[in-house]
Amino acid sequence: MATATVILLDGLAYGMVLFIISVGLTVTMGLMRVVNLAHGGFAMAGGYLAAMMIRAGVPFFAAAALATLAAGILGGIAEMTVFRPLYRKGELAQVLMTFGLTFVFIAALTWLFGTDVKILPIPSYLAGPVDLGFRTYPTYRLFLIVVGLLLFLLVWFVIEGSLYGARLRAAVDNPRMARAVGIDVNRLFTITFVIGCALAGFGGVIGAEMLQLDPFYALRYLVLFLVVVAVGGLGSFKGSFVAAITLGVVETAGKFLFTDIAAFLLFALVFVLLLWRPNGLLPPKSVA
Amino acid sequence: MNPAWHALPWLLAIAFYFTAGGYLSLGTSILVYILLTLSLDLALGYAGIITLGHAAFFGFGAYGAALFAIHVNADPLLGLVVATAVTAVFAVVTGMLILHTQGVTLLMLTLAIAVLLAEAANRAYKVTGGDDGLQFTMGPVLGLFRFDLWGQTAYLYTLVILFVWFVIAWKVVHSPFGRSLDGIRQSQARMRAIGTPVWWRLIAIYAISAAMAGSAGALSAQTTRFVGLNTLGLLVSGIAVVMLVLGGTRRLYGAFLGAAVYVVVQDFAAKVNPFYWMFVIGGLLMATVLFLEGGLMEVLDIGRRWLRRLLRGSDPT
Repeated sequence: MATATVILLDGLAYGMVLFIISVGLTVTMGLMRVVNLAHGGFAMAGGYLAAMMIRAGVPFFAAAALATLAAGILGGIAEMTVFRPLYRKGELAQVLMTFGLTFVFIAALTWLFGTDVKILPIPSYLAGPVDLGFRTYPTYRLFLIVVGLLLFLLVWFVIEGSLYGARLRAAVDNPRMARAVGIDVNRLFTITFVIGCALAGFGGVIGAEMLQLDPFYALRYLVLFLVVVAVGGLGSFKGSFVAAITLGVVETAGKFLFTDIAAFLLFALVFVLLLWRPNGLLPPKSVA
Repeated sequence: MNPAWHALPWLLAIAFYFTAGGYLSLGTSILVYILLTLSLDLALGYAGIITLGHAAFFGFGAYGAALFAIHVNADPLLGLVVATAVTAVFAVVTGMLILHTQGVTLLMLTLAIAVLLAEAANRAYKVTGGDDGLQFTMGPVLGLFRFDLWGQTAYLYTLVILFVWFVIAWKVVHSPFGRSLDGIRQSQARMRAIGTPVWWRLIAIYAISAAMAGSAGALSAQTTRFVGLNTLGLLVSGIAVVMLVLGGTRRLYGAFLGAAVYVVVQDFAAKVNPFYWMFVIGGLLMATVLFLEGGLMEVLDIGRRWLRRLLRGSDPT
């Protein structure tokens, strides 16, 4: 029972990190139809920036906020220079372009910071354990779960409840019709892209405890982010939330119970899920 | 195209044999990469099967050849044929499962297969040697030519196999079957509407392509007498796509150019700094996608046209 709770909590925390980082990828891959293999790079950049700032004495949350902002700005620059010419090209060109961008990211970070793992110190008031009644549990992981849930609610509220969200949903379901009624689809996607990159940067910062921060971050965890988006259903925020939590719990359970074949189990599950629902668990209306 | 141009890459490859010296083993690995890239050109270039999982076939062939040499027979050609055949069977089975999907879903499924295979190989260390890989010995090619220390046999053996596969690939893409693949790439729905069995055609080309990639893997294992887990890695799949696009898709010879340029650039840049090559290759990729959609073959085309004009200009007739 206690083990099951720990697996569930660890899985939830892990899933939340995956979700926060993947929101941005849902935007690029799901809404804008750009296969973005460089997405891990934005999370990595956020993590590195925050690590640098914290070492220079900036408090954790200020550093996280600044890194989020910086990742967003980086995303905006990348959108205008690299991604714009890609929208009209095929999937292959997109895969290659963003793969090349990831290589450049990795090489640049190695050149600037070396290959060693960067540690992000957790603030002291989040570092200790907390008593859950039947056992103690790291405070930081509970914090991750809470932040992830809040962000999910926020994203959900914005998409389901605001004018911006209504426009976005319209643009996803039928871009031509949305243009016809006067929605500036391109600008909408650009803004969403920037927000997505900022969220990835944020995820890179607060998830650094679970996803090890070194220059190969961008490639190593990329497959996970892609899987979350593809399994959840391209362009579906709820879907990627469900997928991220499921995959997080399954991988954590696998690591606890079947250490030897954890990765195998995870990808077997992904394989079966994608065969069963090729468009993902909760595809948006335009796809289903 | 003037038939003389066809001889050029092969003549260069033979000339390289006599002039390479210590670089001959690098030449062999270029030939292996060319074969892998060529196989990808069939599946991705011609049939439009978006895949990031060709490492699965490359590794399957490599382990197949190694295990066959260890447990059954050390004859290289026999091992190559067996490894190629089992890879093709593996591709038919997995292809039947996944080829009804398209786009990102297909991409993720091919990726998942490669990851699953790599994990399986990692876990079955009693058979595959796990992280340590497998080291083995090979018999002489055709019972006559031993694999020598300088890699001369390895180079020529690989070159001959590459030539055989190239002829097969050439025949395939210029057959009516190959033309139908062009149609399938452009619009599956329309091809289905005129009665083409799209799914079967895709499985067929997927199997041919996988057999070729399996051959490449088998050659890489046989010529180095070693196979490791890296043959199944995501990087192999990625590099194959990179080499293909760098050289130019749907040209067959693009594979030659792309693989050669990639390996040479990586080798030189890595000598300067172990991470420098990622910068160079990454930049090269982005430049290719943005400015040279036909890949390096396009540069060659421009050069050829220029040459022809020059020759015509100097010729009064």
